[in-house]
Amino acid sequence: MASVTFHDVEKAFGTVKAVDGVNFTITEGEFVCLLGPSGCGKTTTLRLIAGLEKATGGSIHIGDLDVTHLAAKDRDIGMVFQDYALYPHMTIGENIGYPLKVRNVPTDARATRIGEVAKNLQIDKLLERRPGEISGGQQQRTSVARAVVHEPQVFLFDEPLSNLDAKLRLEARSFLKHLQREVGVTAVYVTHDQAEAMALADRIAVMNEGRIVQMAPPLEVYHRPGTTFVANFLGSPPMNLLPATVALDGGARFVGEAFTVAMPSHVETAVRQHLSDGTQVTVGIRPEHLDLSRDAVPGGFQGPLYALETLGPESLVTLKVGDELLTVRIFSDDAPQLADTVHAAFDPEKLHVFRENGERIPVE
Amino acid sequence: MTRATRTPPSQAQRAARFVLGRITFYVGSSLFAAFFVLPLLWLTVAPFSTLANLDLRLPDPWSLQNFERVFENGFAIRALVQNSMIQGFGAMLLVTLTATLAAYALSRANIPGTTAITYGLVLFSSVVTGTAAMVPIFLMIVQLGLIDTHLGVILVFTGGLLPAAVFIMRDFVDSIPRSYEESAMVAGASSWRVFRDIALPIVRPGMMVVGVWAFVQVWGGFLIPFILLRDADKMPASVAIYSFYTEAGTPLITLTAAYSLLYTLPVLLLYLFVNWRYGFRFFGGIKS
Repeated sequence: MASVTFHDVEKAFGTVKAVDGVNFTITEGEFVCLLGPSGCGKTTTLRLIAGLEKATGGSIHIGDLDVTHLAAKDRDIGMVFQDYALYPHMTIGENIGYPLKVRNVPTDARATRIGEVAKNLQIDKLLERRPGEISGGQQQRTSVARAVVHEPQVFLFDEPLSNLDAKLRLEARSFLKHLQREVGVTAVYVTHDQAEAMALADRIAVMNEGRIVQMAPPLEVYHRPGTTFVANFLGSPPMNLLPATVALDGGARFVGEAFTVAMPSHVETAVRQHLSDGTQVTVGIRPEHLDLSRDAVPGGFQGPLYALETLGPESLVTLKVGDELLTVRIFSDDAPQLADTVHAAFDPEKLHVFRENGERIPVE
Repeated sequence: MTRATRTPPSQAQRAARFVLGRITFYVGSSLFAAFFVLPLLWLTVAPFSTLANLDLRLPDPWSLQNFERVFENGFAIRALVQNSMIQGFGAMLLVTLTATLAAYALSRANIPGTTAITYGLVLFSSVVTGTAAMVPIFLMIVQLGLIDTHLGVILVFTGGLLPAAVFIMRDFVDSIPRSYEESAMVAGASSWRVFRDIALPIVRPGMMVVGVWAFVQVWGGFLIPFILLRDADKMPASVAIYSFYTEAGTPLITLTAAYSLLYTLPVLLLYLFVNWRYGFRFFGGIKS
């Protein structure tokens, strides 16, 4: 296994910069997810690691080796593609063994290794079949088998679960995590599904417009998002973000269009340090850190009920606060008899403050 | 008093009109088809009659004498069994391989203008026909020292068939998903291995189509061998068919008919063989 290092890497397609100055170091054995919306540059970054795209600037290292100008075939990586890319004219066994065949591994050794890997992934009964004759889940495992068979330095995954149905996706997700732990190889995983990233990654690199916005372990990205973009991208439903103004005369508070919330004391300290009276900010609170109340909450939120969505054990209550919507997550058992006006209190420890440009003010 | 100008047709009238229309259609298209089928029918019966003429009648008696006399003509038989085969298979292999390689390059190369080249090729090849180019081709072949050789004939045929062949193959290559080749590259395969192990097997149906088509074109081609060959020993069947004439200059219908039937057999067998072995299926781009 090896580390992966990007230093000021750029990739331009004509005048469009798909990857615009990306820097990171992925340590050996680490599982990193590249997460972001369509077009953010995550797949291009993955393909740059693979060698399927050539960087137009910067340098890429796998381990100690500078691979920036090295062809894909010389980079010793294993890749799982979104459409699995199984060769239709070869059997499953031949598909899995192809990387070994290309490396001129003798037939016996090859067959042993193929059998090993196939058994591990529970597809050993399918080796004589063709890709068109097996199910989607089995195709996906074949694709993984082909990626691991030659014991590469780095695993690359390009949205490998998006072609599976929802139930299979969860099973495959646990399986991939287990596999990576067992084999212990460095892995880079591209996805647009934030739940997948949270479940699988040791660190998540959130990307937008060709740059890495924040790269940190899942819980840090979740509880201390660096920008409103990250805050909004992680978590389902996403964090509530409401514009407000800082008011420091009298009691320290945030004044929004239809609400006034009191600043918790640690927040007040940070705000006094970084901002001034009258600054525009964005206030953020996650739906699970809000709670409903029968009576009016001073310094909290209130507004007419907008929607109630029952999701089973949980429910989402959305209220209209001025022009904005505020979503509260509660246990369905606690769903109150909803009157026309809903009151919501928040956990003061979990309040986030963002500058107008999206940057978070550290309140710890 | 007032006459109704049109009354809607009754159910029975509509049915009658429909049946009449259908009958007319079937009779008409049968006559049309018969016009084209007659020569083929003639070819199945005329060779077996020693009195064959340019009319269609069942042989009486059925006889194989025409074939006996054809087989006595060594020149014609060698033309059929050896020369046409050499030129046909030679051109077929050359066209198929070079067209596939060219189509692969045109499809995968990251240089501008590949699509323009592909379409330009086909356009030019259809503008300049074989007959129009015969004099320059003749001069060129003489200068290359390839006059009166099988190779000369094969090369000229190949040149004429390549544009269309590349055009057909390009379509097949385009339908291979890039991820197949990319996964092979990541697995460690060089460009040549990717072509050989992945692309070639997948476009094999296309190669079959191009191969058989090229063979048929060369098998029936007259002008090029007629102009470029001198030695009787190298003439293919398309030229040798003219040897079945009397001294007076009239064609021997009986022998020509028998020879023609023999002439069609290899192509028929080739088609049946390819269809049985590989099938003319077009499964480009298999979803995974």
